[in-house]
Amino acid sequence: MSQLAASQATSRILSALAAALPADALLTEPEQLAPYECDGLSMYRQPPLAVALPYTAEQVQAVLRICHAHHTPVIPRGAGTGLAGGVLPRADAVLLSLARLKRIVRIDPLARVAVVEPGVRNAAISEASAAHGLYYAPDPSSQIACSIGGNVAENSGGVHCLKYGLTVHNVLGIKGFLADGTPLSIGGEAPDDSGLDLLALMMGSEGLLVVVTEVTVRLLPRPRVAQVVMAAFATVEAAGDAVAGIIGEGIIPAGLEMMDALATRAVEDFVHAGYPLDAGAILLAESDGTAEEVADEIARIEAVCRRHGAVSLAVSQSEVERLKLWAGRKAAFPAVGRITPDYYCMDGTIPKKHLSAVLRRIAELSERHGLACANVFHAGDGNLHPLIFFDANQPGDVERAEAFGLDILRACVEAGGVITGEHGVGVEKLDAMCVQFAAPELATFHAVKAAFDPAGLLNPGKAVPTLHRCAEMGAMHMHGGKLLHPELPRF
Amino acid sequence: MPVSSAGPTGTLDAQSGAGPAGASTAVLDPAERILADAICAAAADQRVLHLRGGDSKRGLGGTAHGEPLSTLGLRGIVDYDPAELVVTVRAGTPLADLQAELVAHGQMLPFEPPDWPGATVGGAVASGLAGPRRAFAGSVRDALLGARLLDGRGQVLRFGGRVMKNVAGFDLFRLQAGAWGRLGVLLEVSFRLLPRPQREETLRLPMAANEAIQRMNRLAATPLPLGGAAWCEGALHLRLCGSAAGVDAALPGIGGQTVEPAAAAAFWAGCAGMPPGHRPAADMRGPDQLEVPLWRLSVPSTTRSLGAEGEFAVDWCGGLRWLATDAPPSEVRSLAASLGGHAMAWRGNLAQPAMHPLDPVRLALHRRLFDVFDPHGVFDSGRFDAAAVQAASGAT
Ligand SMILES: Cc1cc2nc3c(=O)[nH]c(=O)nc-3n(C[C@H](O)[C@H](O)[C@H](O)COP(=O)(O)OP(=O)(O)OC[C@H]3O[C@@H](n4cnc5c(N)ncnc54)[C@H](O)[C@@H]3O)c2cc1C
Repeated sequence: MSQLAASQATSRILSALAAALPADALLTEPEQLAPYECDGLSMYRQPPLAVALPYTAEQVQAVLRICHAHHTPVIPRGAGTGLAGGVLPRADAVLLSLARLKRIVRIDPLARVAVVEPGVRNAAISEASAAHGLYYAPDPSSQIACSIGGNVAENSGGVHCLKYGLTVHNVLGIKGFLADGTPLSIGGEAPDDSGLDLLALMMGSEGLLVVVTEVTVRLLPRPRVAQVVMAAFATVEAAGDAVAGIIGEGIIPAGLEMMDALATRAVEDFVHAGYPLDAGAILLAESDGTAEEVADEIARIEAVCRRHGAVSLAVSQSEVERLKLWAGRKAAFPAVGRITPDYYCMDGTIPKKHLSAVLRRIAELSERHGLACANVFHAGDGNLHPLIFFDANQPGDVERAEAFGLDILRACVEAGGVITGEHGVGVEKLDAMCVQFAAPELATFHAVKAAFDPAGLLNPGKAVPTLHRCAEMGAMHMHGGKLLHPELPRF
Repeated sequence: MPVSSAGPTGTLDAQSGAGPAGASTAVLDPAERILADAICAAAADQRVLHLRGGDSKRGLGGTAHGEPLSTLGLRGIVDYDPAELVVTVRAGTPLADLQAELVAHGQMLPFEPPDWPGATVGGAVASGLAGPRRAFAGSVRDALLGARLLDGRGQVLRFGGRVMKNVAGFDLFRLQAGAWGRLGVLLEVSFRLLPRPQREETLRLPMAANEAIQRMNRLAATPLPLGGAAWCEGALHLRLCGSAAGVDAALPGIGGQTVEPAAAAAFWAGCAGMPPGHRPAADMRGPDQLEVPLWRLSVPSTTRSLGAEGEFAVDWCGGLRWLATDAPPSEVRSLAASLGGHAMAWRGNLAQPAMHPLDPVRLALHRRLFDVFDPHGVFDSGRFDAAAVQAASGAT
């Protein structure tokens, strides 16, 4: 397209959008677009063509239809707290913000469900259900800011997901639109849709398959009591053994978190949560439920920790103490942010039994790449958050941090794990996807994308790398250059 | 203690070892190769295959078409470490074998699948059927962590993994639960497990269905260790599961009579696949012999009792209703749809499609997904096609 033709096309789509939306629902000025240049992964930035901020599902549909007719990519955006560049704009794309669809449509306390619009903040659902003694269980650390639509698109987890599940386990239905504006309704209050479980496929689809405009979630009764045990261990290995011991006891703690020595020290300096500074690792294990259940479980958790050589142990005796013990874990990222100019948060998951081997590997890699790394760990479900220290102002540091990060994810895959436990792939982990999946799986992902969005206009280029990219990376699993099982006939 | 019982071919170790998930997809053991060859041959001569495990769900969800392809050669637990709360098992493994192994380690599948004689793990996943614990501990797909499968090109695909948290790639493994083998042959699946509750108590409280539905929903909104809530034969049945301390503390507040453990176990096992207290599970194998058609309705949990419409049992804390009715299928479907749910013909009404018809948008997506996984139409589509025909003819 010539430059003139391109700018004519741009003005055509912008005027079509302007005609379909209220005056304050379309942003096109550079200074208006600036806040939308990136999400929580601020290493990547790019202003979009325009930002649409519809108020209603009908306006969302209109935006999609117009963009489809003009063959213009659309990037759905929630609160922009994603950590993988999932809402990174493109210069030729319309960023479709769902932030203004923030109505709580209804809460049914007897059926224990809430129907909400996608821009509703995660924490707002629990706040609105609190009067009924109910809450929405998945609690990403970003819960005061992130939107339920973003949670659906990322299948977000939280500190309590070992016991209460991820987003996929707590969403009952969605309504939304396909890329061309076709309305779609999947699931609802009745269990198990008929036909294929499309709802499960929508969870974690990173805005590539559907734009979500309504979400029905399950609410749970708020536990009567919660108590936390903080146990310190001389080594990460001992703490890891204690985790296996707790689960081996038949206990599923409401939360089970670990921090290594570097993370513990950073946190203790920052919030003074009372963590011992000489420990190799500390473990936080929470129990919730009725008073009787909690008393019993806490006693058993304490016993396991002692058996595995805990060097110190504290049990919260009040809500204030419980929150204080958690404050450290919750502030882990900002605490690390105080001791390094920048940090890069990884998100691999591994089978727990390989924890110490993987942490040893991370320590080796840290030396090799010349960058420090603190480890915060959802220990119960094997989800690691290594935080790589770097300084974006130092030439070459960003590249080193990314190379270190990819090596960590390789180590996770080699240990039988995966490259992302809860943050998603976005643009950030496209290369890592080539490590985890072989060509036939990636081709299937692309075909599924095309089944929902034949024109390839919804959040294109995210979440699934092209086969070409993987081939270039040299990470395709071709086994010595051979085709996968060449003995089979091909069609 | 990790268990690694190799299948008949003894080649499992190569697959279960740590290594790039993608790399091992190329490995096919002889039992798997037989299946891949059969798929490729069927694709070449345009034949249709229907996948068969233990044949325990024959007739359910529709009649099978095409040549049977047995998965029984895929046998054995590939990887089980109780401290991970994860098990990886081959699809043709008898469900009973898996359950026995889990029981021996004090663990269980959260979704409490119907354990009909001969049932295999692959069939349990493909049918997506869950028992009474489903309302509290999740469905089949909720427990699924990953799967290896052969698609309609005879190609091995591995989705998901063996860990609890994983958001890499689309969740195409979860899509296999309830797909009735339409998207591929499951080779190996990984589940998230739960510890078996330290203590279980079942209470029986005589009351009418409507009152029971209200009561179960109200109880579920309070923090009680519930693991089952069903109504049949004039009584609400509640199962409390958890730590001994927790269950003991909860019991007095609820009232009712405790059901003696063996009777309670039989009751809940019956619910898992059969309308509670209705007919023995063995009847599943003879659907044609029954006079009154049986329906399984999925509805919002607080839906009124459908007693007038033939409801004789309620499970899943109100979300599942069993109806025995001679009403025309279209009426039962409309009833379910008007309540915001859907109906599956369970037994005795095989003359018409079992699956609830799909709306046109979802139907189109189904067709495209079938093409993605099975471009040559190798896998039996009977259950889905019948539903599609019905959708086209205007029934909802
Ligand atoms: C400090 C911090 C802590 C965090 N902690 C956690 C944590 O504990 N657990 C965790 O899982 N994540 C965590 N995150 C990551 C992030 O908060 C989650 O991924 C969250 O779900 C993103 O929600 P959002 O509304 O900000 O979505 P966005 O970042 O706006 O978007 C994320 C993705 O969702 C898509 N999307 C958004 N809305 C819609 C919609 N309505 N329809 C279709 N697609 C849509 C976008 O296209 C994009 O691909 C954390 C982030 C930060 C900054």
